[in-house]
Amino acid sequence: MNLDRFKPTTVYTIYIASTPEKVWQALTSAEFSRKYFFGNSVEVEQRVGGAFIVRTPDGARHISGEVFECEPPRRLTVTFNVNWPALIETLGPTLVTYEIEPAGNAVKLTMSESHDRPIEDDILAGGRQGWPAILSSLKSLLETGEPLVVQMGPPQKMLDALKRLGIETP
Amino acid sequence: MSKPEFVYVIYIETTPQKIWDALRDPEMTREFWGRHRNQSDWKVGSAWHHVNYDDANDIAVAGTVVESDPPRRLVLTWTQPGNTDEELISRVSFDIEEFMGSARLTITHSELTPQTLRDISAGWPAVLSSLKSLLETGASLPMTRRHWTRSK
Repeated sequence: MNLDRFKPTTVYTIYIASTPEKVWQALTSAEFSRKYFFGNSVEVEQRVGGAFIVRTPDGARHISGEVFECEPPRRLTVTFNVNWPALIETLGPTLVTYEIEPAGNAVKLTMSESHDRPIEDDILAGGRQGWPAILSSLKSLLETGEPLVVQMGPPQKMLDALKRLGIETP
Repeated sequence: MSKPEFVYVIYIETTPQKIWDALRDPEMTREFWGRHRNQSDWKVGSAWHHVNYDDANDIAVAGTVVESDPPRRLVLTWTQPGNTDEELISRVSFDIEEFMGSARLTITHSELTPQTLRDISAGWPAVLSSLKSLLETGASLPMTRRHWTRSK
């Protein structure tokens, strides 16, 4: 897969009073992610070509992907493909990159979601709604020991847009 | 073509009122907003200034209060002090909502020029991340406690 064809459509930056190693661990460990990622657990094989999986609290595979860049604790790029029938066929793969940089005594975390073809805003609304909540909760968890209690499902306008494209959602 | 817009959303374990107060309290903005204070009587139509905490004559940003609906919505115009060129006046909205026991703060900075878009895209995430740290832990992020180097 040629990563150069992917253009960022959603970028979210947040600064965290922590270390790059702790931010990396929070992004890549199932135990941490369950606390801040709406109960979902992230499983990553930390090597290029390794598997990237996100499971819902009941253990079902919600997102399947592959690791494309893996430079602990600085940079992780994975495909982030939601397991809804026909989604990848129609919209192509979703690429997510986390960049972790020192910023004074804190860490600058930048999440970029990229696509290799134009995607309508209503569909991008899913990520644009979810990422700020997920990464705000990750920051709270690392700084206070407690995540936020916020929960949310996919926005209705995203589900409607997928339906128009003939993509079934649960 | 419409002018660029920057939107940033952050969730904070606090109340809308505490966010509203933090945006206006100089002892708090000093900690999370680059050692500056926001000065105004906060009435619609009044001027507001973003001022160096240590030097009242050093105004970094000037504008007027467009909307004020405490503690839910504040809209300000945003430009260099003394500027009257409409093209260089942008607009910032702060929308504050209660969300599942926490608060959701949405900043929409619109009517930007490409240059201001670059400047504020770097600034808002740092300022708002630091506001979240201050409200949740009592300590802001150290890098936002001092003045930034301003590009002239």
